[in-house]
Amino acid sequence: MAEKEPKKSRETTIINELGLHARSAAQIAGIAKSSIANVWIQKDAEKADASSIIDILTLACAKGTKITIIIEDLADIKLLNAIVDLVDSGFEE
Amino acid sequence: MSEPVAREKILKGINASPGICIGKAYLVDKEGVDVVEKYSIKDEQLKGEVKRFKAAVKRARDEFHTILKNRPEELQRDYILETHIALLDDKMLYGKTIEAIQSEGVNAEWALKKIVSSLKATFEKMGDEYLKERASDVVHVSDAIMRNLVGVASKNIAAIDKRVILVANDLSPADTSQINLARIKGFITNRGGKASHTGIMAQALEIPAVVGLETATTAIKNDDLIIVDGNTGTVIIDPSEQTLFEYEERKSGYEEYKAVITRESHLRAETTDGTQLEVMANIEFPEEVISVKNYGGDGIGLYRTEFQYMNRPEFPNEEELFEKYHEVVELMTPQPVTIRTLDINGDKAIANHSGLNEANPALGLRAIRYCLRKPEVFKTQLRAILRAAAFGNVRILFPMISAYFEICEAIRALDEAAESLEKDGLAYRREIEVGIMMEVPSAVILADLLADKVDFFSIGTNDLIQYALAIDRGNQNVAHLHQPLDPAVLRLIKRVADVSREKEIEVFICGEMAATARHIPLLLGLGMDELSMNPQSIPRAKRVIRSLSVSDARLFAREALKKKTARGVFEMIQATYGDIIGELEYH
Repeated sequence: MAEKEPKKSRETTIINELGLHARSAAQIAGIAKSSIANVWIQKDAEKADASSIIDILTLACAKGTKITIIIEDLADIKLLNAIVDLVDSGFEE
Repeated sequence: MSEPVAREKILKGINASPGICIGKAYLVDKEGVDVVEKYSIKDEQLKGEVKRFKAAVKRARDEFHTILKNRPEELQRDYILETHIALLDDKMLYGKTIEAIQSEGVNAEWALKKIVSSLKATFEKMGDEYLKERASDVVHVSDAIMRNLVGVASKNIAAIDKRVILVANDLSPADTSQINLARIKGFITNRGGKASHTGIMAQALEIPAVVGLETATTAIKNDDLIIVDGNTGTVIIDPSEQTLFEYEERKSGYEEYKAVITRESHLRAETTDGTQLEVMANIEFPEEVISVKNYGGDGIGLYRTEFQYMNRPEFPNEEELFEKYHEVVELMTPQPVTIRTLDINGDKAIANHSGLNEANPALGLRAIRYCLRKPEVFKTQLRAILRAAAFGNVRILFPMISAYFEICEAIRALDEAAESLEKDGLAYRREIEVGIMMEVPSAVILADLLADKVDFFSIGTNDLIQYALAIDRGNQNVAHLHQPLDPAVLRLIKRVADVSREKEIEVFICGEMAATARHIPLLLGLGMDELSMNPQSIPRAKRVIRSLSVSDARLFAREALKKKTARGVFEMIQATYGDIIGELEYH
């Protein structure tokens, strides 16, 4: 089955010192888990499932990395914004 | 005739424990002993297998939550632990494992191991050091699931159901304490020297070991047929028919030889001029008492007590310790049992003792230093020893004494332990012989002072050589310099012997040096009252002693001490005793 066209996506940049490490990935995954459809994090050509800590970690996003958060269903728009806010806040570290 | 097949491959290493074995190789993972069996699951049982996996994950989660709950209030937010809890049902771990169980029809353990291995590989390829280390989080979480899948008792290597030869980079005491040792035919490791833990362990188990092979884990694959010759330090991979035949012959020859010398070992060892020498055994586990008896040991010269402290979340209590000591003492009585108090060092890390992360553990907080710092831990052990002493002939041995005040404090602690037992109305015996290990050069220098406080000295050659020559015996770059016959070592031993004679206390030797047949004339000549060694070396040692005279050995020792190099001493031994020992050593 072909993936649905992303209906909505937002770009953001990792600003916290450690980058997307285990704890920050866990925070994103915690939010993404309650999504209705898939939520993705894209870095360059690579895409990771935002509900999986491990998958996020394998993207290896250091400080300064530009990422795009993608949702497949507009019903998840609140989640999308929450994740972007979290990243922008530097995970409140 | 077909051409000889050149498939067999020979590796040369250090012979750390004698004997020959032939069998299948079993590779141990880098992280330690980790053995997971693979078996297929029938389609109709796949659901149950997935359920079993889910139940294990749930138990692991409960464990984590319990740990979290028991944290002190201020540490309630433990991000690492919270992340681990989140990882438990991560798609890439949880979901993929279930997928693997279903699509490949394999058991949950195998599926989990497979998924974790591939995740680990992914992480390890990452450039970022921090992210690279995240593999350890995944491994930690999967270990917790694995533990709950297979149950603690049958964890890891205990699952081996056939006799194998263990192949590892290195084996730590913690690894070996997890092994069901009855299943192991032999050990081979990349690292380690002659007196490394693996070697000592193998000798205790009477199985061959070859160490310091460097490339064993890359050259050998799981299930390869290999021959381990612990007499010569040779390992042969994929041997030809002819080589196999030859080694089968050698193996039975060696076993025959062992049987012959064992038969006469139950008699006392007396020199040709009528001096009796005690030949004692070094043991680590109570179970070894059987081999001490089999090999005709005259008692236990060194009972190492660390194993009860390893691989467990908390220290053993007095009852547990007493039970083991009592067992050994009762089985050996009336022969003496020399119990050495806790000698923790870097090599024998204790799981529940955090903060022992020392840059230089051999020179750190170990043995008596540790015990004096932890009076409660020490007292628990001393009480258990004094209680066991009521049941037989116990001697107590304090390790790593390097200063006068240490023996004074240790004896004071022993007195206090006795007083507290008196108060509690428990049976005990305080009138036991007290001795110290002579393994630090400062103790040798102060031997005259220390002798006034004790009944005996026991020379621990492995550590004495390490400290005197500044050689780490586990480091294969310098292991060859770990020379018992070094003139500096011999002078230290002589000083201990001389002081003992002068102060009229007994002197024993319990290091690996005593187990080497060719060193015995020298040790006898220097005036040792007792030799203590791994049980299976006892028959040969007794045989050597019976062929020697003390008066000759004394003259010999005096001459040997004039030599300037280890080589010189060695050559002199060969020239004087080569015939006798050559006949006794097995080739």
